[in-house]
Amino acid sequence: MRTLLAATLLSFVACSAHAQLSIEITGAGAQRVPIAIAPFLGEGALPAGASASITSVVRADLERSGLFRRVEVPALVPRPTEASSVNYAEWKSRLADALVLGSVAARPDGRFEVRFRLHDVVKQVAIGGVAYTMTREQVRATAHRIADYIYEKLTGEKGVFSTRIAYVVKRGTRFELQIADADGANEQAMLVSEEPIISPAWSPNGRRIAYVSFQNKKPIVYVQDVEVPKQNIVANFKGSNSAPAWSPDGSRLAVVLSRDGNSQLYLINPDGSNSRRLSNSSGIDTEPYFSPDGQWIYFTSDRGGSPQIYRMPAAGGEAQRVTFEGSYNVSPRISPDGRSLAYIMRNGGKFQVALLDLTTRQVQILTDSDLDESPSFAPNGRQILLATVIGGRGVLSAVSADGRIKQRLTVTAGDVREPAWGPLVQ
Amino acid sequence: MRILFTLFIAITLAACATTETTSQPPAAVEDRAPGTTAPGATARPVPGQPVTGVDLTAKPAATGAAALKDPNNILSKRSVYYDFDKFDVKEEYRRMIEAHARYLRENGTTRMLVQGNTDERGSREYNVALGQRRSESVKRMLMLLGGREDQIEAVSLGEEKPRATGSNEQAWAQNRRSDMLYPGEY
Repeated sequence: MRTLLAATLLSFVACSAHAQLSIEITGAGAQRVPIAIAPFLGEGALPAGASASITSVVRADLERSGLFRRVEVPALVPRPTEASSVNYAEWKSRLADALVLGSVAARPDGRFEVRFRLHDVVKQVAIGGVAYTMTREQVRATAHRIADYIYEKLTGEKGVFSTRIAYVVKRGTRFELQIADADGANEQAMLVSEEPIISPAWSPNGRRIAYVSFQNKKPIVYVQDVEVPKQNIVANFKGSNSAPAWSPDGSRLAVVLSRDGNSQLYLINPDGSNSRRLSNSSGIDTEPYFSPDGQWIYFTSDRGGSPQIYRMPAAGGEAQRVTFEGSYNVSPRISPDGRSLAYIMRNGGKFQVALLDLTTRQVQILTDSDLDESPSFAPNGRQILLATVIGGRGVLSAVSADGRIKQRLTVTAGDVREPAWGPLVQ
Repeated sequence: MRILFTLFIAITLAACATTETTSQPPAAVEDRAPGTTAPGATARPVPGQPVTGVDLTAKPAATGAAALKDPNNILSKRSVYYDFDKFDVKEEYRRMIEAHARYLRENGTTRMLVQGNTDERGSREYNVALGQRRSESVKRMLMLLGGREDQIEAVSLGEEKPRATGSNEQAWAQNRRSDMLYPGEY
């Protein structure tokens, strides 16, 4: 594998918390589960350096999902913990359907033990609980795990609060490839460059990110380990190299190369070896994206006269057209369950996120913004992260797959674009 | 390739012998394989290669890098502009591209990077591909006029490096562009 160490043009920043994303919810689900989360007893013992308390992070996570409504908890004496017996009638009178009680205790080894219990107030029964051991640096991570647990118990779907997102921030003339927690906290720059960076894509195990950098005055595809500040060249052929997409098993990348004349799809190993041409059209073929079963590659092509979405077998073969409505349909992303396709549709003069049900062929437009780009499914399929422009500035936005819940993620003094939602954390 | 090239020069010379100012239909140089049609472009049979004239009687330009920077020399002009969603090189840019092709011919060791650009509308990756089509169309034309394949690299910057900022037609028109750049200029 050819590698490239940090040049003067680029610098890798281990940690930069100067301007983290802030999230604003601009819509909510019609039916939200009322949940009471009592302050975890003893969390005052956590180090002052902790950026937030367990309780506040769990509450914020669940509320941000748009599926939960917070029920105020009065000052209770004595303060309840996961070990307390619960007076369900009392919580019912406060109109809570679910209740979380927990505690934090210091351990002799300097670590902390966090315990909680989740109660179904309506059925008057405890439905789960976990104890975690954490270091003082793991307050937020532990809180996200607790929120994931509660979310899964109450909705039946995996929570994505412990996942991470990648995106590009343009600050002045500088481009930064950033990674942050799904709530925008812990922003870290993987790569800083004076030239553009686009199309970050997480490897299926969440350890690596493929992206396109223009640092050498042309688009080149790199793979970089999230933990290791070193760029590895995947595709640097004559012409342009772009649009990386991982196969679901992480063994191959689909990329777009112009080395044979026009932009076409190729498969290549993540170390840059064994490239093979996949598509063969006289026009543009770009934006490949694997179906979750690895059998198909969805892509954008102008072979029919206007950019539309097609799919072809990942092993090669005949392409089939997938989108028919409209004259500009690009950026295909398949939902994690493989049942629907999110993409960008030009609708009048607006570019908006559309969702195509691959079974019923119904198309629903999910956003009401004008300049949407780069949709990216949460790994549970519940939300789609996207880039849009508000007030002339690039921001990230998230919309639920039913279009009802919307969130906006902004960063101070910068344009945010090219979001990619990382995989579930094992 | 060599045969084709020789043939091409012969045609060009013949064209020059008959008339000094050539007025031919636009060289619709498209990025596509022979015999196939691409959307948004007129299909042409391959044998009917457009005849393009190079005015060989013109005073030989100062060779070397000085000519490239002389504002009175056409070689100082480097940009080709396009209509929305189009990648064909318009007739008005032919003379400039001819001059650069001649420069490449006369300076066999020099190299050129052609960077294609698009306006900001639409998908970033689709725009990388569209910018590539634009730079490839300039490269093809340069090669038809005598530039060698190994001298010219066509790449795309998509919408990522706009010359004009702003979200209006004036800015967009500036950004739908290919630039021909020599070593040291990019």
